[in-house]
Amino acid sequence: MSEQTILSVRDLAVSFDTYAGEVQAVRGVTWHLNEKETIAIVGESGCGKTVSIQTVMGLLQKPAGRIKRGEIIFGGQNVADFTPKQWRTIQGNEMSMIFQDPLTYLNPTMRVGEQISEAYLEHNPGVTRAQANERVLSIMRLVSLPSPVQNMRRYPNQLSGGMRQRVMVAMALICDPKVLFADEPTTALDVTIQAQIIDLMNGLKEKVNTSIVLITHDLGVVANMAQRIYVMYAGQIVEHGDVDSIFSSPKHPYTWGLLGSVPRLDSKNKSRLYSIPGTPPDLLAPPAGCPFAARCKYAMNICKRQTPGQYHFGKQGQYTCCWLYEPQAKERLHQAQQQRGCAHHD
Amino acid sequence: MSRYIARRAVIALLTLFVLATATFFLVKLLPGNPFLNDKVPPEIQQKQMEYYGLDKPVVIQYITYLKNLIQGDLGTSLKYIGRKVTDVIGESFPTSAVLGLIAIAFSQLCGLTFGILSAQFKNRWPDYLLMLIAIAGVALPSMVIGPLLRYAFGVRLQILPVSGWGSWQQVVLPAFVLSLSNLASTTRNMRASMLGVTTQDYIRTARSKGLPPGKIIMRHEFKNSMIPIVTNLGPTIATMIMGSFVVEQIFVIPGLGKHFVNAVNTLDYPLVMGITIFYGAFLVTMSLLVDIVYGLVDPRIRLS
Amino acid sequence: MNRFLPDDFEALPADSFDKEQIVRPPTTYLKDVWRNFKKRKTALVSLIILAVIVLMVIFGPMMTKYNYYSNDYGAVNQPPGGEHLFGTDTLGRDMWARVWVGGRVSLIIAILATIIPYAIGMVVGGISGYFGGKVDLVIMRLVDIMLGIPSMIYNILLMIVLGSGNILTLVIAFTITGWLSAARTTRGLVLQLKTREFVMASETLGASPGRIILRHLIPNTLGISVVGMTMTIPNIIFSEAFLSFIGLGVAPPNPSWGQLIKAASETFKNYPYQFTIPCACISITLLCFNLLGDGLRDALDPRLRT
Repeated sequence: MSEQTILSVRDLAVSFDTYAGEVQAVRGVTWHLNEKETIAIVGESGCGKTVSIQTVMGLLQKPAGRIKRGEIIFGGQNVADFTPKQWRTIQGNEMSMIFQDPLTYLNPTMRVGEQISEAYLEHNPGVTRAQANERVLSIMRLVSLPSPVQNMRRYPNQLSGGMRQRVMVAMALICDPKVLFADEPTTALDVTIQAQIIDLMNGLKEKVNTSIVLITHDLGVVANMAQRIYVMYAGQIVEHGDVDSIFSSPKHPYTWGLLGSVPRLDSKNKSRLYSIPGTPPDLLAPPAGCPFAARCKYAMNICKRQTPGQYHFGKQGQYTCCWLYEPQAKERLHQAQQQRGCAHHD
Repeated sequence: MSRYIARRAVIALLTLFVLATATFFLVKLLPGNPFLNDKVPPEIQQKQMEYYGLDKPVVIQYITYLKNLIQGDLGTSLKYIGRKVTDVIGESFPTSAVLGLIAIAFSQLCGLTFGILSAQFKNRWPDYLLMLIAIAGVALPSMVIGPLLRYAFGVRLQILPVSGWGSWQQVVLPAFVLSLSNLASTTRNMRASMLGVTTQDYIRTARSKGLPPGKIIMRHEFKNSMIPIVTNLGPTIATMIMGSFVVEQIFVIPGLGKHFVNAVNTLDYPLVMGITIFYGAFLVTMSLLVDIVYGLVDPRIRLS
Repeated sequence: MNRFLPDDFEALPADSFDKEQIVRPPTTYLKDVWRNFKKRKTALVSLIILAVIVLMVIFGPMMTKYNYYSNDYGAVNQPPGGEHLFGTDTLGRDMWARVWVGGRVSLIIAILATIIPYAIGMVVGGISGYFGGKVDLVIMRLVDIMLGIPSMIYNILLMIVLGSGNILTLVIAFTITGWLSAARTTRGLVLQLKTREFVMASETLGASPGRIILRHLIPNTLGISVVGMTMTIPNIIFSEAFLSFIGLGVAPPNPSWGQLIKAASETFKNYPYQFTIPCACISITLLCFNLLGDGLRDALDPRLRT
């Protein structure tokens, strides 16, 4: 790849030990992030997307959660082996995170300005309070928080939902991180404010030199922000591609389902919003073959027997893990594409 | 904030009114009258009744009583003839207050420290050790541990005085016994509160900033964990007072608690009632103060 | 190379997956609580010790030929062992009988003074929470005002007025003060519960408010109330001992643990056994109830599930 890769995750597997046994939340995922790029990891809740980025940021809840195997390469080092102390030099400094619900993720008894400046003071020893405050004010202006001087002295519950999320963004950006993780950054917000936050983050990417990993189940958000998409299902990546390829020619039946469940304003028919029937498999005992087989309309016998490998398409790096793209399944694929076409137009 | 305080103050005043009224009518329900005594001639009994205003209708008595109360007059003791209840209180309360303050300071200081340590070492040996101490505080009420320590340190080892008040040596044992149950409950509450706060989302945010554990505890966990502890201060003071009745009795300390127990045992009703109302008013005032402190700690209360 | 079976690429039969299959072992709420509770060995041991104490309190007095009230001036202050297993007190009464009868009194007071106020508090709290509005406002203001004064003050006043000395007056005094916090807790829980689907469902089906409160709301608050009750029992045991100690509890010659401690604390120097035996009983009981309450609370709290 021509672009500079700044973060790459190889065959990462994360498990949680619970009373019922080992829950395999992430089962060998591989992805990378290039400089000045936004990628999206998309999937239903519980598919392991949040766990995988928390692991990458060193926020895995120990001792219940543990990295079973895999590498996380950042800045030329495998940070998966880092000690907590080593992690802390990266966290909030070179990597930072925007969380889902700005109300519960902000400390209710600490002034907003203090919460924003905290990471800056921590990672820049020797910086004075006054310098930190200057920095806080400039970052608050950057994220378009109104009257920063007053709002700095306020508590989270005195701000509106949109302002709180801007505070979260300001907090994450204060140390000019190389990588910014955004875990469902708009889910807890009203629709109009969602749009504002998306605009804000898109605008910021132009201004600050940051790559973004976006985690969401909302494909509408993805289309507006990301260049590449990883589709995750049951702890594995089932499809990857650039935004255009995924939206114009998705390959995996799960991606078809996800796209089908996005409300479309341009569709002429008044058909019901499509939802994928069934529930994801229990990761306490993941199924042997393709994890999606039980919910897949186009499943074949092999899907239950063997895990599919990657099938690549085109020059943009699109690939999918689905048996339909095995040459011997040509007829079945044709059938499926026809059915899918019909489903879209009737 | 001012509206919040005003609302609390109104409730506090109503509480005091209810307490005063309940006390008055409960005393009226008492069987017989305090001057019924075969040895005293009826004329003198009559005189006494008039002197204390007990011959008038109940409503008039009630109004007089409330008037006196507002002026800070709690009546006259039966046992210490001619002595005002307020004088007895004024004389003995400072002793109890000093003892109580020392005990509260000690129990809160130790309890908070123990609670934080215990939460940090959750399910490891320091946690088990501290929880053992905390559970001992629950299982050993002051009337059990008091005589035991008095015997051990005072009678057997003879390193601390067994009774009296004045020197610092005389403070050690009673203050420790008095603080024990609060020390235990504060330890347990602080531990639970810390553990509750640890799982909050904003702690995850703090961790994502790369803050070291010590800073996360001091800046993010401590203040938020204190909120339930502060709300518990009112009941804490109440248990202290309860404890002082027992402790002052055991260690023969001339505080208000000892007077109260004596008054109960000698059926000195005006003194019992007076001290009860005094304690009620004291506690209501304290919990009003606690509410205000609570507002200061938690901006969500202060600003709503 | 033949990686695939001949039928590999045929469509999967429609019924080859049970879509609703559940992999985790099925568990009910009570089973969950019990599984969690069993793991807490201290709570389990406490439960067993409490059971033994209850048995002793019931059958202990029958194990001796002495009763708890007869004086025997020929055998005062006898040390434990021999004829009198726990010795005798300053009036020559058998301590074994007195300790267990005293425990009976303490436990009966504690249990009655826990269950009765809780029952009242749950109904009042249920009504207040369910109806809301003015009813709620009035009831809760009243509760707030009454809670403003610590129960100790009321208890002392009530004991003076009702006349100290018997189980009934103690239970009444504890009930008058005890229902307040139960009402408040239940109200809070009911406020959360009443927006839940099952309540709306029975409202839609035309169930009366009384039925909804008694059949749906209160049973769903029981778990937390049981923990509260387990924590209240030792408080009442302590309060009774406290009242006895300041001279307002059970009147002699009736024993209670508090009464025995008070009586013996005066002769502690000379006859320590008279003090230590009832102390050990009350301490063990307080300890076990607290540990049991902790265990139950942890077992009931789904957030601690790992």
